[in-house]
Amino acid sequence: MSVPARDQGASGYRIAIVRATIDPAAVLAFVGNPADGAMLLFLGTVRDHADGRRVGGIRYEAYQAMAEKELNAIAGEAARQLGTDRIAIVHRVGDLAVGEVSVAIAVSSPHRGEAYQASRFIIEEVKKRLPVWKHEQYADGEAAWVQGRTLESTEDAR
Amino acid sequence: MQVRSLFFAAYRDALGTGTLDVDLPEGATVGELVISLRSRGAPFDRLPKAPAVAINHEVVRGEARLTEGDEIAFLPPVAGG
Repeated sequence: MSVPARDQGASGYRIAIVRATIDPAAVLAFVGNPADGAMLLFLGTVRDHADGRRVGGIRYEAYQAMAEKELNAIAGEAARQLGTDRIAIVHRVGDLAVGEVSVAIAVSSPHRGEAYQASRFIIEEVKKRLPVWKHEQYADGEAAWVQGRTLESTEDAR
Repeated sequence: MQVRSLFFAAYRDALGTGTLDVDLPEGATVGELVISLRSRGAPFDRLPKAPAVAINHEVVRGEARLTEGDEIAFLPPVAGG
């Protein structure tokens, strides 16, 4: 089980960097609330191609302590946008096969508008800010680190 | 003073190590740490002149000052999600 029981106290959102397979139903179940009429689940998965090359799998690496801190910050910012803390973000690391879930984002809110807005905000910020790297393994036996985005200092970014 | 440098992903592969403790003069900056590392020659000269760097999990500019025991992470361009 990727996401343990809800136990965050004052802030209700849940973030995690995990090695085990992500169970989307568990991530979604974490955010469910009877006061809400909209639940949204986004899954990022491993594609079988990149820049015209066949991809067999991806190894994800994270700077775990900083990635957890960034996920907490992103969830907190999204919670303020959404007006609710019913948010779960789980990112996987290690060796993933094509089709496996690398990131899961669940949000729950009274209406769909805020849920879509928060989910989109979270995935864009994850891609921009999370210290995570992808090592693509190609079908021809080669492998390479994926060219990413340069991190900016907080002073420069905001 | 001593600080701990961490290298991730492509940087770790290029340098052949993920962790390095470095002695620096008091008050040294991130930029001075980078110069000190690169001046060691191969393979450290493969580090960029102005890499993204985090001090204790916070991304900073090159002029940021280091203090004893800081954890300095060298972060290649990221590709999460």
